[in-house]
Amino acid sequence: MMALAAVAALVATVFLALIRAYLGPTVYDRVVAVNAIGTMTVLLIAAVGFLMGRPEFLDIALVYALINFIGTIAVLRYIKRRRARDAEEAESAEGAEGAP
Amino acid sequence: MIVDILSWISIGIGAAFILVGGLGLVRMPDVFTRLHAASVADTAGAGFILLGFMFQAGLSLNALKLVLIFVFLVFTAPTASHALAHAALLDGIRPWTRKPKDPAP
Amino acid sequence: MRHALSLFVGLYGLWLALSGHYTPFLLAIGAACTAFAVAVALRMDVVDHEGHPIHLGYRIPLYWSWLTIQILLSALTVTRIVLSPRLRIDPVLETLPSSQKSDLGKVIYANSITLTPGTLSTNVTADGIEVHALTRRGMDELKEGGMDRRVTAVEGEE
Repeated sequence: MMALAAVAALVATVFLALIRAYLGPTVYDRVVAVNAIGTMTVLLIAAVGFLMGRPEFLDIALVYALINFIGTIAVLRYIKRRRARDAEEAESAEGAEGAP
Repeated sequence: MIVDILSWISIGIGAAFILVGGLGLVRMPDVFTRLHAASVADTAGAGFILLGFMFQAGLSLNALKLVLIFVFLVFTAPTASHALAHAALLDGIRPWTRKPKDPAP
Repeated sequence: MRHALSLFVGLYGLWLALSGHYTPFLLAIGAACTAFAVAVALRMDVVDHEGHPIHLGYRIPLYWSWLTIQILLSALTVTRIVLSPRLRIDPVLETLPSSQKSDLGKVIYANSITLTPGTLSTNVTADGIEVHALTRRGMDELKEGGMDRRVTAVEGEE
């Protein structure tokens, strides 16, 4: 009974986070939202496991908790690299314009 | 019986904290404040929900796995938040502040 | 060597928790896998007092129980802020001094700040920690230095 309530709250929060991921406005807002969705998914997997009487789901939740963290860090690194590359390209383009 | 009631209360509190986190995620004005809201769901919300399930699991391997999930979440959440906030600041995003004409209540 | 042993015990404990089947054959296989993982970690030279801070001993569980209460209190504060119709926030970004000597102590302090809802560490330097707080009051509470002193006490003498 209460597990159902927990599932409802988790799904509602996932939707709220989806709204935030859609609205943005910066890429970091979206990463925050996706990270929150990941945490909710971990709890959701555990809750569904209990609802269906299949505690093996806990192992999946455990792995998902780790993957979620690594995924967030990977996306951040990717953004950082792309920003650095963009800045470099902008600089070299400026240099080319400046030359006679 | 008492364990069941404790479990329900705990899961209810956790669900409330998680909803608050989601609401904050939508209501807050910038990345950093949204991170504060998300951390409510990550720590208090996740902790209470997992505690509730622990009451249901009793003293078993499943309870230990729930503890492990909580430990992993608690160790990774601040690192991810810190990396996010650090990256956002480096990227030149200035934190939202209350304007002087609108004094804090 | 102490750290390698504690790493072995920790990893084997994790293996036992995840396995759930305890026949002598599987237990031996688990021990072999764990020993191999520890050997790889030793070769990578990542087994040290930072990766496995056993020297903190009993002080760290005591600190965690104190931190849990702090997290609950500040989670309630942030909850009240989020649910209030007018968002009563006043974010500030400031650099606070930190009194920890070792990197490990600084990391514990920074992560404790981030773990408590309402405060967020954004940068860690040699002199201090840059903190973003949801309200000025949260920042003032942190400035009083209760958490800083406790982390320094946990860190102990090196």
